[in-house]
Amino acid sequence: MKITEQEVRRVADLANLALRDDEVARMALDLSGILTHIDKLNELDTSNVEPMAQVLFDAEETATLREDQERPTLTNAEAVGNAPVTSGGYYKVPRVIER
Amino acid sequence: MSSPLHGLSIDSIRAGLLGKKFSAEEFTRQALAFAEAENPKTNAYLTFSQERALAAAKAVDAKIASGKDPGALAGVPIAVKDVILTRGLRTTCASKLLANYIPPYDATAVIRLEQAGGVILGKTNCDEFAMGSSNENSAFGPVRNPVALDRVPGGSSGGSAAVVAQETALVSLGSDTGGSIRQPASFCGISGVTPTYGRVSRYGLTAFASSLDHIGPFGKTTRDAAQLLEVIAGHDKMDATSALAPVPNYVAALDGNVKGMKLGLPREYFEGLASETGDLVMAAVEELKKLGCEVRDIQLPHTAYAVAAYYIIATAEASANLARYDGVRYTTRAASAGTLSDMYRQTRDEGFGDECKRRIMLGTYVLSAGYYDAYYLKAQKARRLITQDFEKAFEQVDAIVAPVSPFPAFKLGEMVNDPTAMYLSDIYTVTGDLAGIPCMSVPCGLTAEGLPVGLQILTRHFDESTMFRIADAYEKASN
Repeated sequence: MKITEQEVRRVADLANLALRDDEVARMALDLSGILTHIDKLNELDTSNVEPMAQVLFDAEETATLREDQERPTLTNAEAVGNAPVTSGGYYKVPRVIER
Repeated sequence: MSSPLHGLSIDSIRAGLLGKKFSAEEFTRQALAFAEAENPKTNAYLTFSQERALAAAKAVDAKIASGKDPGALAGVPIAVKDVILTRGLRTTCASKLLANYIPPYDATAVIRLEQAGGVILGKTNCDEFAMGSSNENSAFGPVRNPVALDRVPGGSSGGSAAVVAQETALVSLGSDTGGSIRQPASFCGISGVTPTYGRVSRYGLTAFASSLDHIGPFGKTTRDAAQLLEVIAGHDKMDATSALAPVPNYVAALDGNVKGMKLGLPREYFEGLASETGDLVMAAVEELKKLGCEVRDIQLPHTAYAVAAYYIIATAEASANLARYDGVRYTTRAASAGTLSDMYRQTRDEGFGDECKRRIMLGTYVLSAGYYDAYYLKAQKARRLITQDFEKAFEQVDAIVAPVSPFPAFKLGEMVNDPTAMYLSDIYTVTGDLAGIPCMSVPCGLTAEGLPVGLQILTRHFDESTMFRIADAYEKASN
């Protein structure tokens, strides 16, 4: 399967990536190469196969549940400590809604 | 200058400490000095943690002085892949985006190895966000293979493999999503273990593809790797996917007795293999026969679909997991961004390297409207078939033996311009991750050029003991 530069721009938009023009051309080439190999999956008859989303082991469904108890967590200072811009213990981002 | 770690093991370090031949502090200082002096050759360490290492070493000395058990990893110099969080110690994921990220908590595996007396010397280089098979995708430069400095160490855990081969750490932690422990172990000539999915808690492992990610150990010997796994394995309430199964005593399995054990040889794993690699793997299989193993041909008929299924599932999950790097919480925000949307886009464009972008794009594409059934669902079905291949094989055999990589370590730059070829080279390792079974690489000799080759051993879910028994018996017989 070949992917066009137009499709690359659409997907980049979905992925919140601002690709430069030279990156778009290269990406179309690289993704087409990988998707062409991936086409191989069409050879497989999977009509009666259950999808496998996760490796599962035999255990009670509730085996990993716990009591909802209060326990120590990160402090506010730790939680926002790596953010590039904060204000009053909050993450600060550019204005979203104009008045 | 030879390494202060040369010829040592977890057991002999412990014996040296308890016998008062050296102190943990003195030993740690020597190990750190050697590692720092040697590091420019390979670029395997990104960060050294002198203070933390010396504090851990002093704690071991204090325990020994007061007659307490210093722990199963007492004084052992350990390196940790830089995708595994260490509280207060920079953790970059080898990404420009996280160049200054200081984690507010420790990964469970890190807590456990330090509680056992382990001494973390530093954090190791890798492919950015663990995405790659050569360690050339690091924002901080590639790692060089200590066995042949013009070659790659493999990836993505290239730094963690290199430090053990270079003897700048005795053992290390890596992570494996599609071969990222076994392939570098094979390229660097050491043991590398991908345990059963869920065997080791991933709390504090930076998520790449959550249904495939594992933490696992590297060691010069299978015994060291098995001992490290025993410390970090086991249920953790901080990771809902960590398994409840009790952790056996892995060392007890290392008795050299493999008589009557049934090994399966999957013919699909010997197609398209470099001839020298195939010869060395088959010589190892012959050695195992001499030790009393019974070898039979088996079939894993869906192997040819594994790379396609893997690169759909892994990138789909990665595209979701990497959405969090948006300029809000994690250290880096593009300076020029005016609006919220620009901030997301520009931060991600400037921050991620080419391989991460490629995988985010592929993952977003296969999950996008109209393609979900054709790609993601289809890949999940193929994953089921690949897993069933293993289930059927394990009805007939106790373990599967195979190559790790189609070829030994390649030269830096040799494959960077062909991502599809790089992905296809993961053919023998992605299968074990898709099925979630334990698998490891154990060294099985050198090519004529002196490049290491690994033998892969795969066993049933939670049967790491059988895998270690075979690897250890082979290792002892071949030395």
